[in-house]
Amino acid sequence: MFERRLYHHIDWLLIGAVFALCAMGLTMIYSATGGPTSVYWTQIYAMGLGLIALLACLSVDYRSLGDKSHLIYLAMVLTLVGVLFAGEVRGGSRRWIDLGPFNLQPSEFAKATLALVLAKMLGDSRRQALTNHDLLFAGVLTAVPLLLIARQPDLGTAVTLLPVLLAVTYLAGLPMRYLGVVAVVALLAAPVAYKFGLQDYQRERIATFLDPGQDPRGAGYQQIQARITVGSGGVWGKGFMEGTQGQLRFLPVAHNDFIFSVLAEEQGFAGVIVALGLYLFVILRSMEAARLAKDRLGAYLVLGVLASFTFQVVYNITMSMGLVPVKGLTLPLMSYGGSSMIATLAGFGLILNVRMRRFTN
Amino acid sequence: MAIAEDRRRLAARLIWLRVSVLVVFGLLAGGFWFIQVVQHTRFQEMAENNHQRTLSLRAPRGIIYDRNGRVLVENRSAFNISIVREHTRDLDRTIALLAEVTGVDEARVRDIVDRHRREPTYRPIVVVQDATLAQVAAVTARRLDFELPDVMVQEVPTREYPGRDLAAHLIGYVGEASDQQINDDRVPAGAIVGQSGLERVYNQMLMGADGARRVVVNSVGREIRTIEELPPVEGRRVRLSLNHAMQQAAEDAFRAYGYWGAAVVLDPRTGDVLTLTSLPSYDPNAFATGIDRAAWTALNTDELRPLQNRAIQGRYSPGSTFKIAVAAAALEEGLVTPDHQIYCPGGATFYGRFFKCHLAHGHGYVDMRHALEKSCNVYFYTLGNMLGVDRLRAYAEKLGLAGRSGIDLPNEVESIVPSTEWKRQRTGEKWYAGETISVAIGQGQLSVTPMSMAVMMATVANGGTRVVPRLVTAIDEGDGEGWQPVPLPASPVPPMLMKPSTVSALHDGLWMAVNAAGTAGRARIAGRDVAGKTGTAQVISNQGKARAGATAKDLRDHGWFVFFAPRDNPEVAGVVFAEHSEHGYLAAPIARHIMETYFAQKDGLPPPALQVPGPGGSAPTPAPTAPIRVAANTAADER
Repeated sequence: MFERRLYHHIDWLLIGAVFALCAMGLTMIYSATGGPTSVYWTQIYAMGLGLIALLACLSVDYRSLGDKSHLIYLAMVLTLVGVLFAGEVRGGSRRWIDLGPFNLQPSEFAKATLALVLAKMLGDSRRQALTNHDLLFAGVLTAVPLLLIARQPDLGTAVTLLPVLLAVTYLAGLPMRYLGVVAVVALLAAPVAYKFGLQDYQRERIATFLDPGQDPRGAGYQQIQARITVGSGGVWGKGFMEGTQGQLRFLPVAHNDFIFSVLAEEQGFAGVIVALGLYLFVILRSMEAARLAKDRLGAYLVLGVLASFTFQVVYNITMSMGLVPVKGLTLPLMSYGGSSMIATLAGFGLILNVRMRRFTN
Repeated sequence: MAIAEDRRRLAARLIWLRVSVLVVFGLLAGGFWFIQVVQHTRFQEMAENNHQRTLSLRAPRGIIYDRNGRVLVENRSAFNISIVREHTRDLDRTIALLAEVTGVDEARVRDIVDRHRREPTYRPIVVVQDATLAQVAAVTARRLDFELPDVMVQEVPTREYPGRDLAAHLIGYVGEASDQQINDDRVPAGAIVGQSGLERVYNQMLMGADGARRVVVNSVGREIRTIEELPPVEGRRVRLSLNHAMQQAAEDAFRAYGYWGAAVVLDPRTGDVLTLTSLPSYDPNAFATGIDRAAWTALNTDELRPLQNRAIQGRYSPGSTFKIAVAAAALEEGLVTPDHQIYCPGGATFYGRFFKCHLAHGHGYVDMRHALEKSCNVYFYTLGNMLGVDRLRAYAEKLGLAGRSGIDLPNEVESIVPSTEWKRQRTGEKWYAGETISVAIGQGQLSVTPMSMAVMMATVANGGTRVVPRLVTAIDEGDGEGWQPVPLPASPVPPMLMKPSTVSALHDGLWMAVNAAGTAGRARIAGRDVAGKTGTAQVISNQGKARAGATAKDLRDHGWFVFFAPRDNPEVAGVVFAEHSEHGYLAAPIARHIMETYFAQKDGLPPPALQVPGPGGSAPTPAPTAPIRVAANTAADER
């Protein structure tokens, strides 16, 4: 199954960049939590498990995985249903499964699973163009886990499934006018959704985002503090473990949602450019894998996985500057979070898988 | 071919995606560049404001000592509880919780916060001054629970007056700077400054310089570490001329004899103020920690006016004590010699009006010394008539009885001795020579402070040098040089060296008033040669008294006793003014107790016990040594 020559086609550069980002994240977690705490060690274990997941996803031919995609998808949906009934409750939402030594967050794995099933479905289609029937089916496949995750409730993670659908259908030839229609409908629906579809606290978040000064001690606090954290970093930063905003806890959940703000504060604009460069390299390199892919399944799979990754990276980094409303979205590869780390590395396993097998039949 | 076209579309769409990603990352990098590089300074400042606090460290005010090094005013540590609004999320909640925790009325807390609303939010608003340990413990506990992150407990030096109401008027009190003081004296808002007495006059010197401490705090306001500390500079130490034992003796004696009033004792050689008291008094400690409105109103509306410093702000008719000035003027002007005799038949007629002497059947022939001893009105009517009011006024000024003494205390009032010019300016009318006759025995439009009376006695005692009373004799700048003496203030009038014959006549006459058949025998101290003179200050004229009948207001006359001792080379000179004591000789025992305390201290003896008179008030009257009977004990009409 794992032929020796495949080894030569592994994209070592991509792996290197991914683990460089992990190392940066780990360093920042060390700084933000004030030393080798349990958070730090958990992250290291997660990276180890993530590496194993990566190797596992690498070793099985993605086409075999594609053949089993319906089963994998079914298992994922059942797990999400199970979470809703038997999951661990933390912070008012039910997202975790207690696995003894650690808690697993199945919704993190939904992204790659959805990418796989959509890639298989649209990639196997023998038709020339994307039919409405295909689109509808893809939409349903996306909607099921999305709604299940939103019920937890975890709107942030649920929303990351949309880029997967969008990216795969786009590559599969989604007519551009459809994109236009979606955009117009979204624009029109926004005020209605704001009024009827959102909870009070969510409306408050948006209102606060538009005018953080309105409530500088309450909900707008994080946003203002994030901007101060980033801005006070300057060109060269305040130095490792010298950041005042993160160290003195003016910035909440610094090791998690705001890890990039900590980086910006302590390593400055220089550190930011390095990190942005690494992310950009990882994304473009992965796109190259999609271009080189031997078949549509491979290309769609790569882009589906990449879509939620890119969306999360861009959103979180923008949030770390205080430019978008604060949402519980972690920064893949850098933020603290075991499930996210394992799922993201597994996703890169799939991308490497596709690239590695571009010459095999 | 389908697959090839498929690939082409895929590649094209991938290029679009790639371009989009590049644009997005370019925007992100631009965003970071804008925030981190362009706007860095602004955010840097905000971050510093976030985690750095400058705490003011209040400087202890300078300690005040009496002339023998006894501490009159010092500082103690007190706890202030303040709100720092910068950390406040919900001010109403903080106020309500703080009021509940400390047991202070919520409306009062709100009132204090409202008054400081316009100040910068980082400046603490002191809500509870001099908090009890229970209040501090309660607040600290809540702080540790993060319930009151915006409340601060600070240890601050606070003024303490160990003598409580002793010498309160001269020491004064401190309080938070008023808006006017903030503007005029350039003191920071919330500073504690002197509001009266020496605390006010020497405020700049006593205040010292506040220090500051810059600390790093975390997001809940807890101090993490100190960045730098500028220690406060303690105010300068000040040594007064005041003699604590004499001051205490004066106030004890007033209370023992049951009078309110004032006493001033000077060292006639320098003008050093040894005693300066005004009663009733108040406790300045109440002001040190922020007096509450009710107590302030009570002090202000009290009919006895405890806040008034009677020694320099009370003006009274001098009565017979003015005869000393008349005598000095006539002798210096050479109008009479000390041996000049005048016949007193019990009264005399001037300008068609009969002026009584207080002894109805007259003193017979009296010379200057006996006239002073017996306080013979006719003798001084005659001298006054010879001098005229303008020369009287000129000598009163030289002796220090007119105008201000120039003591280093605020709000001293001017003593008034009339002149023709004064009357013309005041009423537009000319002075009638007949008016001078009343003035010559201290009646009429004379109005003097106890302080000016003390200065006159010092001038008479030292032979004609008008001293300027002063309280501060030395200052320790805190520069390691130790006590630096303060030079004597310059006299406002050229020295008038009196003729030896004048000095001896005045000294003898006043000595006889105490030690012979005079009115002031109650001030006599064996072996100390006390010289003195009594006087009565009318509160209301005799006719007015009859008209007023039995009103609630006290209309009884005030008593004066002026003195110096010993007769030769005097060391103390002063005045005791006893409100409503009716007779000057009733003020004399107070002066005696002060002088006894002085001499006991000088000889290294323990302070003398105060002899409180029995209810009859029958102190021994002096045995007459002169042939003329003493009229004072019985004379209701003494002037």
